[in-house]
Amino acid sequence: MFPIIARREIAPGIHSLWVKADRVASKARPGHFVILRLHERGERIPLTVVGTEPEKGLVWLIFQEVGKSTAELAGYSPGDALLDVVGPLGQAEPAGKVGTVLCVGGGVGTAPVLPRAREFKAAGNRVIGIVGARNRDLLILGREMEETCDRVYFCTDDGSFGHHGLVTDLIPLAQAEHGPVDRVLAIGPVPMMRAAVAKCGELGLPVTVSLNALMVDGTGMCGACRVTVGGVTRFTCVDGPEFDGAQVDFGELSARLRQYAAEERLAAERFAARRKGGECQCRGA
Amino acid sequence: MPGRVAMPKQPPGERRKNFREVALGLTPELAVAEARRCLQCKNPPCVTGCPVQVPIKEFIGLIGQGDPAAALKRIREKNLLPAICGRVCPQEVQCEAKCVWAKKGEPIAIGALERFAADHGAADAAQPGRAVASEASPAPAASTARPSRARVAVVGSGPAGLTAAAELARHGYRVTVFESLHAAGGVLRYGIPEFRLPKSVLDAELDGLRRLGVEIECDVVVGQTVTLEDLWAEGFRAVFVGTGAGLPHFLGVAGENLNGVYSANEFLTRANLMRAYEFPETDTPIRTGRRVAVVGGGNVAMDSARTALRLGAEQVMIVYRRSREELPARREEVENAEEEGIEFRFLQAPTRILGDERGQVVGLEVQRMELGEPDASGRRRPVPVPGAEEVIPVDTVISAIGQGPNPLFIRYTPGLATTAGGQIAVDENGETSLRGVFAGGDIVTGAATVILAMGAGKEAAHQIHRRLEGQL
Ligand SMILES: Cc1cc2nc3c(=O)[nH]c(=O)nc-3n(C[C@H](O)[C@H](O)[C@H](O)COP(=O)(O)OP(=O)(O)OC[C@H]3O[C@@H](n4cnc5c(N)ncnc54)[C@H](O)[C@@H]3O)c2cc1C
Ligand SMILES: Cc1cc2nc3c(=O)[nH]c(=O)nc-3n(C[C@H](O)[C@H](O)[C@H](O)COP(=O)(O)OP(=O)(O)OC[C@H]3O[C@@H](n4cnc5c(N)ncnc54)[C@H](O)[C@@H]3O)c2cc1C
Ligand code: SF4
Ligand code: SF4
Ligand code: FES
Repeated sequence: MFPIIARREIAPGIHSLWVKADRVASKARPGHFVILRLHERGERIPLTVVGTEPEKGLVWLIFQEVGKSTAELAGYSPGDALLDVVGPLGQAEPAGKVGTVLCVGGGVGTAPVLPRAREFKAAGNRVIGIVGARNRDLLILGREMEETCDRVYFCTDDGSFGHHGLVTDLIPLAQAEHGPVDRVLAIGPVPMMRAAVAKCGELGLPVTVSLNALMVDGTGMCGACRVTVGGVTRFTCVDGPEFDGAQVDFGELSARLRQYAAEERLAAERFAARRKGGECQCRGA
Repeated sequence: MPGRVAMPKQPPGERRKNFREVALGLTPELAVAEARRCLQCKNPPCVTGCPVQVPIKEFIGLIGQGDPAAALKRIREKNLLPAICGRVCPQEVQCEAKCVWAKKGEPIAIGALERFAADHGAADAAQPGRAVASEASPAPAASTARPSRARVAVVGSGPAGLTAAAELARHGYRVTVFESLHAAGGVLRYGIPEFRLPKSVLDAELDGLRRLGVEIECDVVVGQTVTLEDLWAEGFRAVFVGTGAGLPHFLGVAGENLNGVYSANEFLTRANLMRAYEFPETDTPIRTGRRVAVVGGGNVAMDSARTALRLGAEQVMIVYRRSREELPARREEVENAEEEGIEFRFLQAPTRILGDERGQVVGLEVQRMELGEPDASGRRRPVPVPGAEEVIPVDTVISAIGQGPNPLFIRYTPGLATTAGGQIAVDENGETSLRGVFAGGDIVTGAATVILAMGAGKEAAHQIHRRLEGQL
């Protein structure tokens, strides 16, 4: 069992979670993820390791409520425990010194960007952050990004904070204001990554993305997470999750992410209904 | 002379709708009758067909005398997991192939008798006939009394790892098994379905192992969660690696990443390990579709096809590029599959998977084949019949064409030598290029069988013991 030490809603539907998992905490590096399982009937869900406190054996995760499992996790608090946390998983090549790096996070994608941004900074790079969200309330980790980066640009779809528009608008702007960019890291929803890759293609910038394919085991055993990169089938969990964005078949990835849409809807509806029902029963008892 | 007894089974019409065990096990009467058919040969050839030399003649003799407990004891001297082997060994090419009765086509039902001894012979067997859950290795008193020796780590909890762990524990070593999944058992847990190997049988074996003092730690990917260096630092003196052949191969044809194309591993893992067949009571979904094509002809293909049927598919086909004679699956399971209504399409090789505009599978294109000259494996090579192509309308394709070595331990263990095929290379003692690190099972041989993995685990345990005693 892996005890939950803290959970806090940092934006509507987005939660910060600290869980005790000693072995993971001592090994995880930027770029790694874990797979967790809430309980005996739970599914295995991947979440990026945002940070660790190895001395205390703590792992920091940030997740957005999108379906049944994440909604259920949002109901966990200190005193509860996760049945399984396995990791660190994925390849986490050290960032190295490349020069000027643009770290672009869209929505909850800013969570996996932050540890990489910190690592790039520590390795001596100039790090420019671009953080986007649908609206002001959904912007996360703004302060942490500002503490880490040399400069952070913000944008919102509705203009409620920062630039009114998309992260892709800010990539050329950042380049114009800070001179040559050597590397771009873009993580967020698939349409955002796809657009960022297209923009970087126009500007001739190398871009790395982190893919969120559906997973089961996370150890290379099932192939559920396969994606086409450079015309070759790769397994996101063991060959990624980071890949050269220019090589990724995003259309296929989007289609594969929709594979269980009907089942996911059913599970979420049942869970919502049960939660309501449960509350009524509680009050009755 | 009476003929070979038939294994009582759930009727096909019923069992194709449930996940309960198909083969019900011999009754005591049937077992005794079958045991008495054994000629108790002076130089029994049957034992030469068993990779771990189970004393077949002797244990069958004991069953014939109505003493399954003594029979079980004899078996356990050589085979630690008889309840499992009795159920899943390909007996028709191993022990039973060598039985003198095989020539007449009616070899003694050695596997069924081994299972009978395991299910009925445990001293604490609660209910004879359905006592599998209590069948477990009774902890030999000696091992717990012995002063504990060095710590040994076992990586992977498949049959190779479990057997190595049990043998080492019996020698008094303090053993920890590390497993990357959330439950132990390897393929016995995530691959072989409930209807062939009830999880209660596996759980009982795992309980027996824990009673021997073996610790099992799940959620640990050795190489990533802990490295080999960490294991040495934690005080382990030797390591056995049984990480298996779990990396699924895909067909290498267009359309393999369409929605509705599964590896057998994914399909079976969702069903077995994640219990997707109970969705939405459990959280992991599975999409079986109405018409399913399973590509391949081994046990993995049979298990996938029969699982798909039980999950509600209307039509399930096995697409195999050779003919019936070459099917590598256990014969019993091929018969079971046929009885349940699985269709076999022989001499057809997939050339393309067709999808619709949403990226969902709508068909499997196959090329008809005919058998040509024998190839390196001695089997006649399938060669395409020009122009003979066909599209089978299906909404699910399951690829069951083989697996490569699990990648993670190898990738994250510097200095570990591998073979051209990517398996871990070992010397004649099962030791890898790293001193004190031994390996066995599918990770060394490539995808093979449960009993071979067990044999390798047992032998490696023996060599580890020698090494730690300074004899190697
Ligand atoms: C390597 C990796 C790292 C990840 N890191 C994070 C993270 O740090 N924070 C975070 O909030 N999420 C992260 N994800 C996504 C997260 O795993 C999913 O959101 C989660 O599994 C959804 O589970 P659910 O049962 O709540 O929703 P489901 O019922 O499974 O799905 C609900 C909705 O979410 C979509 N969805 C499902 N799975 C994913 C997915 N893997 N990616 C994107 N959309 C998905 C579905 O298409 C559906 O629309 C990561 C995924 C991967 C593969
Ligand atoms: C569907 C299916 C049906 C089969 N049917 C039969 C049958 O009827 N009869 C028969 O004899 N054989 C059968 N086989 C083959 C048989 O199951 C295998 O040969 C056998 O399980 C191999 O055992 P193993 O211990 O080497 O590896 P596995 O059983 O594969 O176990 C390896 C374990 O190691 C774990 N692991 C991997 N990497 C790491 C790591 N880095 N750290 C920690 N843990 C790790 C894996 O998660 C896994 O649990 C079947 C196989 C399949 C897939
Ligand atoms: S272990 Fe397998 S091969 Fe050996 S006797 Fe038992 S069933 Fe036959
Ligand atoms: S060969 Fe057949 S008949 Fe002879 S001892 Fe073995 S099982 Fe019995
Ligand atoms: S999640 Fe199973 S192989 Fe990647």
